[in-house]
Amino acid sequence: MNVHPLIEALSRIYETDRLLTRPAQLMAYESDALTAFQQRPAAVVIPQDRAEVIETVRLCHEHNVPFVARGSGTSLSGGSLPIAEGIVIALNRLDRILRLDAEERIAVVEPGVINLKVSEAAKPYGLYYAPDPSSQSICTIGGNVAFNSGGAHCLKYGMTSNHVLGMTVALPDGEVVELGGESLEGVGPDLPGFFVGSEGLFGVALEITLRLLPIPQTYRTVLAAYDTLHAAGDAVTAVVASGLLPGAIEIMDALAIKAAEVGAKAGYPTAPALLIVELEGEESAVEAEFAQLMQLIEETAPVEVRMAQTADERARIWKGRKAAFSAVGRLAPDYIVQDGVVPRSRLGDALAEIDRLSAGYGIEVANVFHAGDGNLHPLILFDGREEGALERAEELAGEILELCVELGGSITGEHGVGMEKRAFLPKMYGPLEMQAMEDVRRSVDSRSLSNRGKMLPVGEAESLTHAGPHPLEKAGVIFRE
Amino acid sequence: MRVRGGGSKPALSLRSCQDNAETLDLSGLKGVIDYQPDEYTFTARAGTRVADMAALLAEEGQYLPFDPPLAERGATLGGTVAAGLSGAGRYRYGGIRDFLIGIRFVDGRGQEIRGGGTVVKNAAGFDFPKLFVGSLGRLGILTELTFKVFPQPAAFATVAAEFDGLSDLLGALNAVTRSAIDLHAVDFAPAKEGWTLWVRIGGLPTVLQERAQALQSVVSTGVGRTSRLSLYREQEEGNLWKTARSMRWLTEGAGLVRIPLTPQRIPAVEEALSGANATTRRYSVGGNLLWLGWPDVSAPEEGEREAPQDLHCLLLDLDLQGIQLIGRARRGIAQGKGDYGEGEESPLLGRQLQNAFLRRIAAALDPEGRFEPW
Ligand SMILES: Cc1cc2nc3c(=O)[nH]c(=O)nc-3n(C[C@H](O)[C@H](O)[C@H](O)COP(=O)(O)OP(=O)(O)OC[C@H]3O[C@@H](n4cnc5c(N)ncnc54)[C@H](O)[C@@H]3O)c2cc1C
Repeated sequence: MNVHPLIEALSRIYETDRLLTRPAQLMAYESDALTAFQQRPAAVVIPQDRAEVIETVRLCHEHNVPFVARGSGTSLSGGSLPIAEGIVIALNRLDRILRLDAEERIAVVEPGVINLKVSEAAKPYGLYYAPDPSSQSICTIGGNVAFNSGGAHCLKYGMTSNHVLGMTVALPDGEVVELGGESLEGVGPDLPGFFVGSEGLFGVALEITLRLLPIPQTYRTVLAAYDTLHAAGDAVTAVVASGLLPGAIEIMDALAIKAAEVGAKAGYPTAPALLIVELEGEESAVEAEFAQLMQLIEETAPVEVRMAQTADERARIWKGRKAAFSAVGRLAPDYIVQDGVVPRSRLGDALAEIDRLSAGYGIEVANVFHAGDGNLHPLILFDGREEGALERAEELAGEILELCVELGGSITGEHGVGMEKRAFLPKMYGPLEMQAMEDVRRSVDSRSLSNRGKMLPVGEAESLTHAGPHPLEKAGVIFRE
Repeated sequence: MRVRGGGSKPALSLRSCQDNAETLDLSGLKGVIDYQPDEYTFTARAGTRVADMAALLAEEGQYLPFDPPLAERGATLGGTVAAGLSGAGRYRYGGIRDFLIGIRFVDGRGQEIRGGGTVVKNAAGFDFPKLFVGSLGRLGILTELTFKVFPQPAAFATVAAEFDGLSDLLGALNAVTRSAIDLHAVDFAPAKEGWTLWVRIGGLPTVLQERAQALQSVVSTGVGRTSRLSLYREQEEGNLWKTARSMRWLTEGAGLVRIPLTPQRIPAVEEALSGANATTRRYSVGGNLLWLGWPDVSAPEEGEREAPQDLHCLLLDLDLQGIQLIGRARRGIAQGKGDYGEGEESPLLGRQLQNAFLRRIAAALDPEGRFEPW
């Protein structure tokens, strides 16, 4: 593949400081937050408006060169890993909130807008943007759209997909289409819904219309400690069966609790399992529901219960939970965050099996999970300096994913397939399904240029190298979830 | 090939075929395959009636929160998905697109393909379930569906308010929809004189009265002159929304057209409709959806334009899209550049729906054109 004619053409659009080709400049773009994968692209372009993005995509198509859109590079599955000899389109300068219409409760944003900025802009109007990935202070809406990202508060109001009403997209050959609109309802196939979660394979989102919600009047949060993980799991079942619909239900195991203590001084009770349940909504309703919730929790025989009555107390409960992943970095030199889903009622089985696998491999696994929707996040601890340790950790991670599939779940709840799980998608879907996905991809992108090599399996897997956590994570700016 | 479920949306399923399309009747492909109340999920065959499923869910205190419309008229799950229909309850937790989590469909080559999964959270692979919401049987034939469900609130209450004019109503609408009150449904419609707004809340019965009072004060502060406010509870309340769901308000013999929009467009729509032949109508989902009754003139007089043709032009002028569900679907005007010839039938009205993305997807799933084109 000769990329020089393309780079030549790009240099007519971009000044030299926005067209990076020197190795020292490219280095910052070699990985995303899954640093085990590294790849040097041929060039990185930094467009400033959508016209430049469209022209870049069009030129890539014309010259038959693959490209990958990039937001903040926080993907945990290698989604924004560059393609060898390809182009990286860094969208961070497309960071304008184009319109915030409080009356219609929508925000129209460029793809490089940081998730948290949307809620900040909406706050004066009493509104917020609901999906709250732990990386929300740095990840972009474009990345969220590509991965259908979620957060701890997705149980009640759903993931990114449930909050995207419309978008303007540059298809992989540069043709621009409008999908959806500003209404909550539409006519015809839900095309924005189909684009969300497509991991950059259908082109580049140029403009996204988001739904905003009124900020809940109040939150009530309870933290309960249990003697066993199983007991915490039973409590989840009881809450779910009661008909209460909490905004979040989270569980942490002993190792994760320890990490939260070491890393964030969370002040949690020392116990084998912690459960966090949070209700949100109108004052009077939450008050009444919380009374019911507390009664339920008491019946599940917790060893300790703490209630948050104030914003401060609530923040304290969440602090340890939000920091738990990154804090695991204090317990071991390295770790892999896995992301799988099992039916909620199989959580106990899944955890027991993960325990067994962990013992068998002699590798410690900490568990933090969105219990309300069966979304597991096992943290696999290892020391990358040890010969073969990363490979063995990856192998264990793979077994956990297979377990999720066996139990009727999914290989990813929110981090996407990306580079990391390409080989596992065919374990979840049969050959007909894989073919259908490939056919649709080919039809949308006849040359397979847009994020080539991600999500759908291709040939040889990339070899792993070891490089540790995301630099911002090391610095304690963001936390994994 | 054309698919028919329960026949509750005849404009989509019972159109006379000018082509030699076969109609496949799926009303026999019914039954629940798996229902797991603990998981908040169920899987059922596409021809299962919404009403039957709703009854089963109710036994466990659960429901499909988006209030699937036309259940009383025999709507099936598959037809509701293919037509992309959500009702008033969509306001609270999202529409059918947000609750459909898995599907099986037969593509244009006769292969049965699975999309999505059976767990409530899943980000693996392309989201085929979303694609099939509103697919009108033109991308594939749905055979099996998996839905997420939620616990049904123990009780509901509805505040109804009457307004002299539309602008007063829209003021109140803005006030309630931006308040921190958790609203289940927000509908409104022209009354004999003025307009009526219905706002529904749900939750624990012990605090419902208190919350309804808070809601009433928000409704009345949003506007200068509120007329009568009334509070509905229990069965009377339930009936209000049953009427909405079953479209019982629709004039006998009228066609039904569904038009997505936003509250800000409503004054322009009302102005356009004031000179037109509309019968009855109801705005739903906080002003994001218009259900429009439209006279079903099947045999127009010489020189008289057929009603849907009129509406098609009206929607084009407003840059809106609509879909006819009940009544004769006859657009009569070529959409775009000759996609449909003069006098051909289509339930799709107003702004063109086709685009390159959809065209490419359809080409992959139905390469030989077994289903109706877009
Ligand atoms: C510490 C930490 C915590 C995290 N916590 C969570 C969490 O709680 N929940 C969760 O779901 N995820 C979480 N993640 C994962 C990650 O933050 C999300 O996947 C996020 O959405 C990625 O955003 P980004 O801007 O960094 O995208 P990138 O990593 O730059 O890109 C991600 C993917 O999006 C594509 N893409 C980017 N922009 C566009 C566009 N405009 N159009 C089309 N495709 C585009 C890229 O090609 C790539 O495939 C976490 C990551 C870290 C490092």
